[in-house]
Amino acid sequence: MPSTELFLAGTEDHDLRRLSEYREVGGYAALEKARAMEPQAVMGEITGATLRGRGGAGFPMGRKASLLAKNTGKPTYLVVNADESEPGAFKDRDVMGLTPHRLLEGCLITAHGIESTDVFIYIRGEYLHEYDVLVAALEEARTAALLGDVTIVIHRGAGAYICGEETGLLESLEGSRGQPRPRPPFPPVDGLYGAPTQINNVSTIALVPKILELGAGEFAKIGVPSAPGTAVFSLSGNVARPGNYERPLGTTLRELIYDLGGGVADGRELKAIIPGGSSVPVLTPDEIDTPMDYDSIQAAGSFFGSAAIMVIDDRVCMVQLALRAAQFYMHESCGKCTPCRVGTRWLVQLLTKIEVGEAERRDLDLLDDVCDKMLGKSLCALGDFAVYPVSSYLRKYRSEFEAHLGGAGCPLAGISPIEGIFAPVSQHAGHAEVAHVV
Amino acid sequence: MSTPFYNRVQKLRKQYPQSRSAVLPALRLAQEEHGGWLPSEALREVADALDETPAYVVSIASFYDMLNLEPVGRHLVEVCTNLSCALAGAQSVLDGFAGELGVRPGGTTEDGVVTLRAIECAGGCGHAPVVIVDGAYREPVQAKDVSAIVEELRAFD
Repeated sequence: MPSTELFLAGTEDHDLRRLSEYREVGGYAALEKARAMEPQAVMGEITGATLRGRGGAGFPMGRKASLLAKNTGKPTYLVVNADESEPGAFKDRDVMGLTPHRLLEGCLITAHGIESTDVFIYIRGEYLHEYDVLVAALEEARTAALLGDVTIVIHRGAGAYICGEETGLLESLEGSRGQPRPRPPFPPVDGLYGAPTQINNVSTIALVPKILELGAGEFAKIGVPSAPGTAVFSLSGNVARPGNYERPLGTTLRELIYDLGGGVADGRELKAIIPGGSSVPVLTPDEIDTPMDYDSIQAAGSFFGSAAIMVIDDRVCMVQLALRAAQFYMHESCGKCTPCRVGTRWLVQLLTKIEVGEAERRDLDLLDDVCDKMLGKSLCALGDFAVYPVSSYLRKYRSEFEAHLGGAGCPLAGISPIEGIFAPVSQHAGHAEVAHVV
Repeated sequence: MSTPFYNRVQKLRKQYPQSRSAVLPALRLAQEEHGGWLPSEALREVADALDETPAYVVSIASFYDMLNLEPVGRHLVEVCTNLSCALAGAQSVLDGFAGELGVRPGGTTEDGVVTLRAIECAGGCGHAPVVIVDGAYREPVQAKDVSAIVEELRAFD
């Protein structure tokens, strides 16, 4: 029976930031194994393991690699998305901070598999500690001659959620504003510097060594057949024991929130579950037995996202929660396409009007209408991400929205713990003015 | 032209197939050398070192939250106020700092020692509320911890 710890295996009794200790738990043996194999055979293992992207979309890594353009006369790049910024998500931070060599080994195996010698790891600027850990690990790996002919550059972002969107990330890495590109062409054909590019999340790449170690067949026995393996689930919000917990895919929200997280904090009632980071549709307490894997959670009407589970208790006003989420997406909208740039501001404006009691029933219809005009009509998924919380809270907690109308104001005034929460405005003159217009 | 800053940026350029990729590391370096923000002189230095125009460099600097186009205090206190931190009491932490420092979020104390900011999700949701002091995560920070942090900053100034 294979261990169910894949990402964090060995961290309990070893300091895996050190190469010597990583080697004690079998580190870099998978790289040696992979380098003795043909590149196609390495990718065959990854494809056979049905490794699905842990960044949010769940796209199979092997299939993504099969789309890489061949014989272009250009280099093939591997880019690791370490720009973890989804509210609620902090899994990649532990994967990098606790097991940096597992990520580096995954990079080197994948580079061999796709026949690339150039790897870029794009890490969010705020993760300074994890950056330092990664740089030290890379230096150790280089000194130990593990890199072969591969160059790994660790590139720091500078504070922009949109750079976690893969084409926004590529633009930022190329030295432009991190504004997403229209697609097609897709990155496997026309990615970094116009060359074929494989982009994967930290947690996807960090699973690659275990696939080589266990073999695709053994790996596929963990989790569920449609999505084998484990995920690092990030529990936060009104939960008794928040933190990261690695479990096989298919673990139910009840097991995660109650058995691991100790249930709702302070013995309060569960009101809502946000299962995959602030951008996904909300689930209600009666949906708590939903298994956390891509297909099950989608069948329940939400998304696996970044496996970031936020627990919301009965004191929290859903209008305030929607407003704070909308403020975030407004702040992070890159401004390139109109539905997102204008729509996110409308959402904030309407939700503010509702929260303060100045809205009428027709404003709820208008809110629905704005959501409809953004959903699927923006250049990238940020426009959708701004809509999902608002439209799902409105649909599932409509009576609470209605209770605010016609001068009534917030029914949870003085009770909701997030009342009056101050959302940041941009530091830059000009942006701040735009925020005031709202 | 061959200043130490220029030479360091040339090294950064060599890491990348195209030199524009070095704009973020170059801006970060310039910010560190100019007291935590980017006066127009710093933006011009970056432009010169990358063979780009100052307008291009400003267009980049204005896009990213961690690059400052206005002066900041010698210390930077950033309080995350996104959902998980908000649920854990971030507002009272932010109010605590504002009261203790006598500034509104976004402002700098009159003596130029501390800039206070509310920020978006910092990725510490499991240890909320998160406060970042001069780039280092403090988590969790409750309202009762605020005065000790402010004292520490004033003592080390």
